[in-house]
Amino acid sequence: MKFFEHFGNYTLFLFSLFKRPERFRVFIKQTVHEMSSIGVGSFGIVSLISVFTGAVSTIQIGAQLVSGLVPDYMLGSFVRDSNIYEFSPTVTSLVLAGKVGSSIASEMGTMKVTEQIDALEIMGINSANYLILPKIIAGIFTIPLLVVYAMVLSIIGGTLSGVLSGIITPDEFIRGLRTGFIPFSVTFSLIKAATFAFLITSISAYHGYKTEGGALEVGQSSTKAVVYSAIAVIIFDYVLSDLLLS
Amino acid sequence: MIELKNINKSFGEKSVLENINATFYPGKCNFVIGASGSGKSVMMKCMVGLLEVDSGEILYNKTNFVKLDYEQKKEIRKEIGMLFQGTALFDSLSVEDNIAFPLRIFTKMKQEEIIERVNFCLQRVNLPNVNKLFPSSLSGGMKKRVGIARAIALNPKYLFCDEPNSGLDPITSRLIDDLIKELTAEYNITTIINTHDMKSLFEMGDNIIFIYKGKKSWEGQKGDIKTSGNEQLLSFMKASEF
Repeated sequence: MKFFEHFGNYTLFLFSLFKRPERFRVFIKQTVHEMSSIGVGSFGIVSLISVFTGAVSTIQIGAQLVSGLVPDYMLGSFVRDSNIYEFSPTVTSLVLAGKVGSSIASEMGTMKVTEQIDALEIMGINSANYLILPKIIAGIFTIPLLVVYAMVLSIIGGTLSGVLSGIITPDEFIRGLRTGFIPFSVTFSLIKAATFAFLITSISAYHGYKTEGGALEVGQSSTKAVVYSAIAVIIFDYVLSDLLLS
Repeated sequence: MIELKNINKSFGEKSVLENINATFYPGKCNFVIGASGSGKSVMMKCMVGLLEVDSGEILYNKTNFVKLDYEQKKEIRKEIGMLFQGTALFDSLSVEDNIAFPLRIFTKMKQEEIIERVNFCLQRVNLPNVNKLFPSSLSGGMKKRVGIARAIALNPKYLFCDEPNSGLDPITSRLIDDLIKELTAEYNITTIINTHDMKSLFEMGDNIIFIYKGKKSWEGQKGDIKTSGNEQLLSFMKASEF
């Protein structure tokens, strides 16, 4: 029952984002600020995660290709596809659910319990529209860009680890990268990234915005935001794969 | 002037405000007093539109706020300033941007005019040269003064103050009281103050309403309190050592 109550409240919350929009100039300014916060602020962690995900996937897939039935250069293809289809969008989004999601939830929660949201409402500002919609729009534009960046870095990481560990030569790996590339894989990945971005920002904002109480409740909202965002990412990863690839 | 007529508010089964009638006058410091949980904060939230009343009328200069649509309410809200108990300054904005915020949202003033107005408001609350500081680096008293500066930025007709002295030392409390009193008289503002601070009440209270368990138990002038014969009010005053 509680799930349906939350789902209903979340849906109403999403509708409230679009009611009574503030001035376009203000909205754009807020959105650019949020894009900088989400994008630039996540650059370091996304770089680190992507390089190592690519490196680990090369070593692990390489270790399974010892039979000789599959040509060595195919390692490049497998690493490319696994990273473009799955690791870059999903792992990056799960990491961002932790970083961006908790940040949004705690910011909103703190604003709620310190009456900053009440102050906006008294001024006649739709606080949900003013504070949250820019975050969602910024996330939808920025997170797919981070995912593209993650794809590139994971493939670079994969190449480096393959070459440095002596599993494969650079020429063979690049040959594999070029073999059987399907451009739709990138489109699919971007669709996933945009969907995950919406889920992470909106679910986190919802939990933060509904916070009642004090510091303890802000912490709880932040935890819920990360947990539910991560669960939503995993569920929609399956749903989108089934819808777009089956 | 603000008038409340037969205001009722409940949360589920629990009635929080019952049949409240009150009048708040311009140019006066109108005090609302009562124990914690008596309903005074709920009453203030209803008056500024953060909560909807179940029934009754809230009249801002004879205009029933309850019946207005969102855009009409917004016009009245432009005339409302509010000083929150915890100041509610925006953490991510500097002092200057906090005070400029309502000006940027509601007016078409140029940047130079906004800065001029911000500086005027800061001068008015005796806080010059703090424009670029952030709320986290201000003391409690300074935050309250910035809160007042933000509340008066749009030249409000109505000023709501929720526990303006909470958490302040006695000297700063008196400074804040004096400032609210001066601004109220200077701009003929209808000021409504929720407080437990009886010292403030006796120093600046013009019109006093005592709320007891969600009902208006007494209304009058500060000089009449001790002869009111209202047992709840007298025991409240006694507990406050007055």
